[in-house]
Amino acid sequence: MKTKTAGAAVAVRHSKSIWQRLWDQRYLMILLAPALICLILFNYLPMTGLYMAFTNFTPRGNGYLQDLLGAEFVGLDWFEYFFSTDFWRIMRNTLATSLLTLLFSFPLPILLAVLLNEVKHPKIKSFVQTATYLPYFISWVIAANIFMTFLSSGGIINDLLQAVHLTDKPISFFQHGPWFWFIIAIANAWKGLGYNAIIYLSAISGIDQDMYEAASLDGASRWQKIWYITLPAIKPTIIIMLILAVGNVLNTGYEQQLLMSNDAILDFSDVLDTYAYRYGLTNGMYSYGTAVGLFKSVVSFILVMAANAISKKASDNDTALF
Amino acid sequence: MKTKKRNLSDLSLDLLKVLFLAFAVIICLYPFWNIFIVSINDANDAMRGGLYLLPRKLSLSSYADILGRSTFQHSILVTVARTLIGTPLAVLVTSALAYVLSYRDLVGRKPLNVLFIFTMYFGGGMVPYYMVLKNLGLLDNFLVFILPNLLSVYNMILVRNYIESMPEALFDAARIDGANDLTIFFRLVLPLSKPIIMTIALFVAISQWNSWFDAYLYTNSQSLKTMQSILVEILNQYQTSDAGAAAANRMSQSITPDSIRMAATMVTTIPIIMVYPFIQKYFVKGIMLGSVK
Repeated sequence: MKTKTAGAAVAVRHSKSIWQRLWDQRYLMILLAPALICLILFNYLPMTGLYMAFTNFTPRGNGYLQDLLGAEFVGLDWFEYFFSTDFWRIMRNTLATSLLTLLFSFPLPILLAVLLNEVKHPKIKSFVQTATYLPYFISWVIAANIFMTFLSSGGIINDLLQAVHLTDKPISFFQHGPWFWFIIAIANAWKGLGYNAIIYLSAISGIDQDMYEAASLDGASRWQKIWYITLPAIKPTIIIMLILAVGNVLNTGYEQQLLMSNDAILDFSDVLDTYAYRYGLTNGMYSYGTAVGLFKSVVSFILVMAANAISKKASDNDTALF
Repeated sequence: MKTKKRNLSDLSLDLLKVLFLAFAVIICLYPFWNIFIVSINDANDAMRGGLYLLPRKLSLSSYADILGRSTFQHSILVTVARTLIGTPLAVLVTSALAYVLSYRDLVGRKPLNVLFIFTMYFGGGMVPYYMVLKNLGLLDNFLVFILPNLLSVYNMILVRNYIESMPEALFDAARIDGANDLTIFFRLVLPLSKPIIMTIALFVAISQWNSWFDAYLYTNSQSLKTMQSILVEILNQYQTSDAGAAAANRMSQSITPDSIRMAATMVTTIPIIMVYPFIQKYFVKGIMLGSVK
């Protein structure tokens, strides 16, 4: 877009040969080099390892590429194995976790942002903001620690439930498989609440204040202003966030799962990421772990592209990621 | 009549506002307060339960115990080292890339952009990544905390957008004065993009401080244990020790597994809580810049 304005200057410079231009930009190339090396080593080199998914890979210590190319080719065997064994259970857990997460962590930040916008006192507003995004900045280790303490048999939640006589004896929250999905979803929502609200707040701050004044003159109530001005104004942001969420539906994360799960509920806590990790690295089934990971990456990639295309088509004002 | 209706509607909104915001603040702050009061309370007294708002019997012996352990002391060193070394290097690599990609006439600018941004949406996955680190000799090596974290495409986009919003004439003038791109980057771009540089520095620093999984997966020497990994070990002991209580009964001392866990959690969290009010404005700015795109 921006290059159009500088078209004339660019045209002149482009008359030089590519070698001449590279020489002119040699210092830029020096600045680019470290990032490019990192990109190749830590992003593209691992992609070559995806070939493992189609082989019977065992590390022989002959170097990465040698081991990779020397491995026996087995086609789609690992994928067939996955689909015929644990696929449905793992997909159920993955989708349950991420859809419940979406249910809790999608509407709440919008509500928080809209209500924060109603706070007229700047000090109170910034205090609430500061307080609510604190959980985002602590590690999952500490967040898991907090949830396990609070939900333990002598924890505050059980104290509370017993005090209001909802239960006689402490509930073991981490012993019921499907409850784990809710615990993870709530933990995710808790951690991301304030952070996600900032994104909506910044969209709200871009709304023309004259619109609110005009609405006031027409006798609109504050509820009506929220409904007819604020929410429509942040609709593009809401759509973008939804696209991101859809694209990430298989990325449930693994830290929270690995930290809070236990063997008794593994059948319910195991998601694609932890499953690939357990088989691929803990059990040494490298090819199988890679195959499960590749399945996840490909489906995720398709989901993001599709969601992006849909939102581009559905909206007239270019609500899309790229 | 009409104003009364208006008042009622406003009142309902205010009520919802106060209730929801108070609820949000409480659920976000109270857990930290609770851990704090348990950690500074006498451990045996804490086992009676009922510690909700204030400590009953002050004692710092849990802190003395955890801070006196040489493994924990060493883990503080590792965590501080990876944060202090990893952050400036990552900022340098990422912002240099941002400057290069913001240069309009760069050879191969479009394909380079695609090459970098593609990695935000697709990757090799955990197992191939592990194999690559292994073959690069980075397993059980301090550098595994630094090198793989040097480049962040997301942070690069934040900085690039910031640089692109600067007046082009500024750089042109410097070039006419004979400055080369290295000089422009270090003398002009870096100082002028301080707000966004601060933002990504804080992003990186926090993630270095909080990172647990890389230490867990890629290292196993005691000498490379980070604070977060020690905390996980303590957490796992707690899980296996039958909710802590039984083991605590046997430890008729001034410390219990529970109190140690709380104290370790506080020691790991306090630095973040301390710097957090001062740095949060940069975070807000960064997230907003990122969301504008």
